[in-house]
Amino acid sequence: MGEAAKTVIFEIERRNSTDENSYWEKFELPYRANMNVISALMEIRRNPVNTEGKKTTPVTWDMNCLEEVCGACSMVINGKARQSCTALVDQLEQPIRLQPMKTFPVVRDLIVDRSRMFDSLKKVKAWVPIDGTHDLGEGPRMPERKRQWAYELSKCMTCGVCLEACPNVNDKSDFIGAAPLSQVRLMNAHPTGSMTRDERLNAIMGEGGLASCGNSQNCVESCPKGIPLTTSIAALNRETTVQMFRNFFGSDHAVG
Amino acid sequence: MENREFLLRRLHSLLGIIPIGIFLTQHLIVNHFATQGVEAFNNASHFMANLPFVIFLEIFVIYLPLMYHAFYGLYIAFTTKNNPGHYSYMRNILFVAQRYTGIFLVIFIAWHVFETRFQVAIGAAEANFNMMANILDNPWMLAFYIAGVLAATFHLANGLWSFLVTWGITQSEKSQRYTTYFTLLVFIVLSIIGIRALFAFI
Repeated sequence: MGEAAKTVIFEIERRNSTDENSYWEKFELPYRANMNVISALMEIRRNPVNTEGKKTTPVTWDMNCLEEVCGACSMVINGKARQSCTALVDQLEQPIRLQPMKTFPVVRDLIVDRSRMFDSLKKVKAWVPIDGTHDLGEGPRMPERKRQWAYELSKCMTCGVCLEACPNVNDKSDFIGAAPLSQVRLMNAHPTGSMTRDERLNAIMGEGGLASCGNSQNCVESCPKGIPLTTSIAALNRETTVQMFRNFFGSDHAVG
Repeated sequence: MENREFLLRRLHSLLGIIPIGIFLTQHLIVNHFATQGVEAFNNASHFMANLPFVIFLEIFVIYLPLMYHAFYGLYIAFTTKNNPGHYSYMRNILFVAQRYTGIFLVIFIAWHVFETRFQVAIGAAEANFNMMANILDNPWMLAFYIAGVLAATFHLANGLWSFLVTWGITQSEKSQRYTTYFTLLVFIVLSIIGIRALFAFI
């Protein structure tokens, strides 16, 4: 409030490339009203001088939409994974500590490679198959109430925050995490998608799938879109229970 | 088999409740006879030790399920990266506690079986009131046993909660919250039974 030389202090965990060791660098920049972590990073990029007065390389980070719908700018801010575009400096304790989401391979500074999430989506067949050798025509209609419910699940932006918060997603385990699991529930809810629901259920019953969840429920607490991830996981738990018995005892008809 | 991990994990969850959870409850209740005196405990203990086919009951209801649950549980415990510091939500703290109590219980139960059942098996001791009274005479052992009982009742109660989620019985947030209250009650009741029995020996 009217202070002449108010500043903001940032501590950033940096590294030059995936294989190099990380180091911390401190920056002090002039405060501006309503600034967020991204605008602060832009300021550092404009004038990359650390608190020791030494000119350094600009800090690199990822961003795209700047309105919390793309997920690209996710990073660990004061210990918690979240989007940097909606991290307002006024609401953060200083010094503000920025770290990359190290659950993923770090490319450089705050940029991580989230490819594993996209690979997981392929693994669990998170799409609705509509291609054929001829026009298959229109699919069945989705009831409006169901569409509204499914819309909440479709808000997932593959940001990776739920994987970063999960204690079971780490380099000792190949757990795919909550996001792709919830997408299975979304695709299985779709009237056309449900025609191949057993394929997706069997996919998440494989290595690193649903069973690796340990119910810490950090995902649902951390999800920036408020997706009911743990309800999705529990619902899939029930469906895979049925699928497990169906696989063993069931008859030979194709889709359940 | 492609879904081997899924089946192993589901088996781990199931065995924790049936038979291990049921056995633990039964064990604590039988121990509670100690509060009614030496003779009541010895009679109950004698009845349990002389059940028909007792060695097979022990092997298939206790030893094998318990060993599977313990060893696979250690694998689960050591493949997590606990983060209760930054993500200090209640469920995450219980998640960490489930793993720590599990590791402690492997040690406690190994010692407990060695000190009681194994000594009886090699004929070095007799399973009766005096045996436990001698063990719990040592205050350090009493503390160790109190910790063991509390770890076991917590691990069972919290494990019951995750069993219900793992098998898809409790799905909604509401049902999961109410099950938390219920399992808290299970923890308290079983702990009282277990601790009362321990103090009956001193």
